[in-house]
Amino acid sequence: MTGPSTDPRTPPAGTTPPKRRGTELALLGFAVVITLAAQCIVDLTVTGSLSPELATFGTWFTALWAVAHLVVRRFAPYADPLLLPCVAVLVGLGLVMIHRLDLAGSQVGGSTTGEDAPVQLLWATVGLVLFVAVLLVVRDHRVLSRFAYTLALLGLVLLAIPAVLPASISEVYGAKLWIRVAGFSIQPGEFAKICLIIFFAAYLVDKRDVLALASRRVLRLELPRGRDLGPVVLAWIASILVLVFERDLGSSLLLFGIFVVMLYVATERASWLVIGLILFAGGAFVAYQVFGHVRVRVDTWLDPFAYQDTGGYQIVQSLFGLGTGGLFGAGLGGGRPDQTPVAKSDFIASAIGEELGLFGLVAVIVVYLVLVERGLRTSLVVRDGFGKLLAAGLAFAVAWQVFVVLGGVTGLLPLTGLTTPFLAYGGSSLVANFGLVALLVRISDAARRPVAPAPAPQPKLVDAPTEVVQR
Amino acid sequence: MNAPLRRVAISVIALFTLLILNVNYIQVVRSSELRKNPSNTRVLYEEYDHERGSIVIDGNPIALSERTDDKLTYLRRYPAGPVYAPVTGAYSLTYGNSGLERVENDVLAGSDSRLVVRRLGDIFTGRDPAGGNVSLTLDPAVQEAAMSALNGVTGAVVALDPKTGAILALASTPTYDPNQLASHDPAAIRAYQQSITPAEGSGDADPRSNQAIGERYSPGSVFKLVIAAAALESGDYTPATAIPAPNVLTLPGTSTPLNNYNSESCNGGADQPLIDALTISCNTAFAQLGIDLGEDEVRSMAEAFGIDDGDGFDMPLHVVPSSIGDIADAAALGQSSIGQKDVQLTAMQAAMISAAIANGGTLMKPYLVDSIQAPDLTVIDQTDTEELGQPVSADVAGELTQMMTSVVENPNGTGRKARIDGVQVAGKTGTAEVGTSGDDKPPHTWFTGFAPADDPQIAVAVFIKNGGRSGTEGTGGDISAPIAKQVMQAYLDARGND
Repeated sequence: MTGPSTDPRTPPAGTTPPKRRGTELALLGFAVVITLAAQCIVDLTVTGSLSPELATFGTWFTALWAVAHLVVRRFAPYADPLLLPCVAVLVGLGLVMIHRLDLAGSQVGGSTTGEDAPVQLLWATVGLVLFVAVLLVVRDHRVLSRFAYTLALLGLVLLAIPAVLPASISEVYGAKLWIRVAGFSIQPGEFAKICLIIFFAAYLVDKRDVLALASRRVLRLELPRGRDLGPVVLAWIASILVLVFERDLGSSLLLFGIFVVMLYVATERASWLVIGLILFAGGAFVAYQVFGHVRVRVDTWLDPFAYQDTGGYQIVQSLFGLGTGGLFGAGLGGGRPDQTPVAKSDFIASAIGEELGLFGLVAVIVVYLVLVERGLRTSLVVRDGFGKLLAAGLAFAVAWQVFVVLGGVTGLLPLTGLTTPFLAYGGSSLVANFGLVALLVRISDAARRPVAPAPAPQPKLVDAPTEVVQR
Repeated sequence: MNAPLRRVAISVIALFTLLILNVNYIQVVRSSELRKNPSNTRVLYEEYDHERGSIVIDGNPIALSERTDDKLTYLRRYPAGPVYAPVTGAYSLTYGNSGLERVENDVLAGSDSRLVVRRLGDIFTGRDPAGGNVSLTLDPAVQEAAMSALNGVTGAVVALDPKTGAILALASTPTYDPNQLASHDPAAIRAYQQSITPAEGSGDADPRSNQAIGERYSPGSVFKLVIAAAALESGDYTPATAIPAPNVLTLPGTSTPLNNYNSESCNGGADQPLIDALTISCNTAFAQLGIDLGEDEVRSMAEAFGIDDGDGFDMPLHVVPSSIGDIADAAALGQSSIGQKDVQLTAMQAAMISAAIANGGTLMKPYLVDSIQAPDLTVIDQTDTEELGQPVSADVAGELTQMMTSVVENPNGTGRKARIDGVQVAGKTGTAEVGTSGDDKPPHTWFTGFAPADDPQIAVAVFIKNGGRSGTEGTGGDISAPIAKQVMQAYLDARGND
């Protein structure tokens, strides 16, 4: 971000800026090849032969990205060429790992059974449909700001649904953040997150001048006026409510973090970060005192081995997996990632660290970093304030979530219930993140599109239907 | 908004760098620690693919791996199962390794550095790397005699070669069948584990805890050996020195009376030679003797024998430390001198006291592993014997031997039941009160000694928790001495006697 930046908006006279769609296609092909090779290795290592479903999987998976690429080529030709390949390789690795854990049931002492990889592939397909729909319907991201308050309401409703539903429908592993109907479980919070980011972006662009007002200086910090603290306090209260009623430490931390950072970007005032940190510290302290489940998380984080047969079992197993994997890993299918509970969802990163080693896990972290930094770069380059804030919010949401989840499973932070974006098993998270990337792709297209023949916004778009974002 | 955006971008890089550093720390720096954690079942699964080394006694395996057609290639088998369970421990898929399977895991699994050169050879010759063997000092006849004598009670037998410290028997009951824990069927393993785990609050001993080296108990009169040693070593006493032996000793500074066993009289209240006081195990005489010697003398002699309340030692199984506890005043010293109060010994420690006396006063460090062998049975490491110290001089050791022989061979001795035909046996009994008076728990019974007295070849300690089967009437002489006799005789018979 700090290097010399070539602004794609001001190409040398007489040339059109490169669209880089070929780069995207080549990288997507690379991602598909990696995924299919990995899938073959898993089958060969665990079962000794290639499964007949491999051809179906390969065709389907390739088709997904072919469609995604064609849609981007047609409807967002100037989009950042790295976003989609990053997502493809993450989704691919996730599918391979879930498939590998499906097979673990046949190993001695294997504790994971079931056929979850095909389900996940189906969810990826649903995600792709959402991706395409977003690109088709939202031809200009600025349109979204008009629905900011509708989206805010929708986001809050989605966030609140599991809290008011009976525990039998909404509670899994002690956290109330699900809607489980007819064998399907949906985590509405994943969609609420995106709705709220759109709202934050629109709201903060609108109010940034007021919020940037400083009233007095304390300890070299420009503090805002007392009455302008309203929004940040509201966001904080909402996060606390999530923690109280849904017992979901992760979402609470995620929402508050995103909001504070967007506030900081919008107002350029570091004091908001400090205020956010103070509120967070206060909330965290009270939560630790009041909520048993928070205390358990913190205690097991501080000394997991003291609780290795109880609350610390998961994290200890995760650490065993990572440690046993070492530098190079046990090889795909060569380790025992199934020994870690919920390896397919919460702990998929430790499964990758176990079988692909330090190198594999760091590679995955770097892919996330590339994805996030491309998102932030989009934010830097795009012209309108709303687009800037929205791209920054979305990109930071991915970064923050990855940091909190990976920090959790590697013992750097207390465990939270968040999912690893794109990798982890879970339909809601996958589909919602496809939607998130579609928005980033859309904004990056606007960011890189040459200014010269400024296309006047078509009035038709204003009336574009909004069903898509309500998913 | 671009300035804060750039800062956010840099912060994200910083956060991810933190993640990467932490992953490096776990997967590189802590990797080997996490791999070696006994709760890490992953390493076990990996190990099942290789032939694990055997634990052998004179070339006969007591733990070996056999090839099967299961998904886990090798099955661990213990031909004599429960007899050697206190030593071998178990190699368990579900519960991790215990005993020697745990502490010698590096050798057995083939990852020990002493085997690495050979493993490189394996790689070039394309053979599967196999683990090394661990050869033990145990004598099968002694171990079997000890385990069968302990059948049905909670107790321990330790037998040592006093000249070298080699462990001839390490018996602990109740025992269990390690074959069941080493099964390839996790459900069966769990079921067996459940079946041997004592019910909460039942007070029954857990078969997987080692009574000989992992638990410590009040030694009772066995501790009088340490007091006698301190007295003789001070130079002020000989076995013939007459010492006060009142019928009842009122502990100094208190009104608490200290009685003899069954409130008997030692010598009608008159002074008694030291050798006689030990022979009949006179409580009042030894309590007074300990008080006369003073805490420093008693404590330093105890420490010289290894009772130091330190970290214990590894032989290579870990032996927990023995302790005489804090001694607040002369009254406490009196009680401690007869092995009550806070004095706590392992059976191993009790055997070490006899072994040191038997070895002319030199205490040898007990060891269980005789040698480490490569998979092709060549010896790659032989354990060297090690002196731990010289708690008493050779002369004092001779006097103590004379007194301990009297305990067994004298018609009034408390250890008469340890006598062996044609062999002079030296020993000391112990009967340790448990808990407060009025408690109906039977006392612990002890015997420690060696044979033959003139040319010691085996030193033993026998401990029975809560007096075994005989209720409150059982003493160390009644319950533990006959077991010591069987164990020592088994060894002398097996060696053809002299």
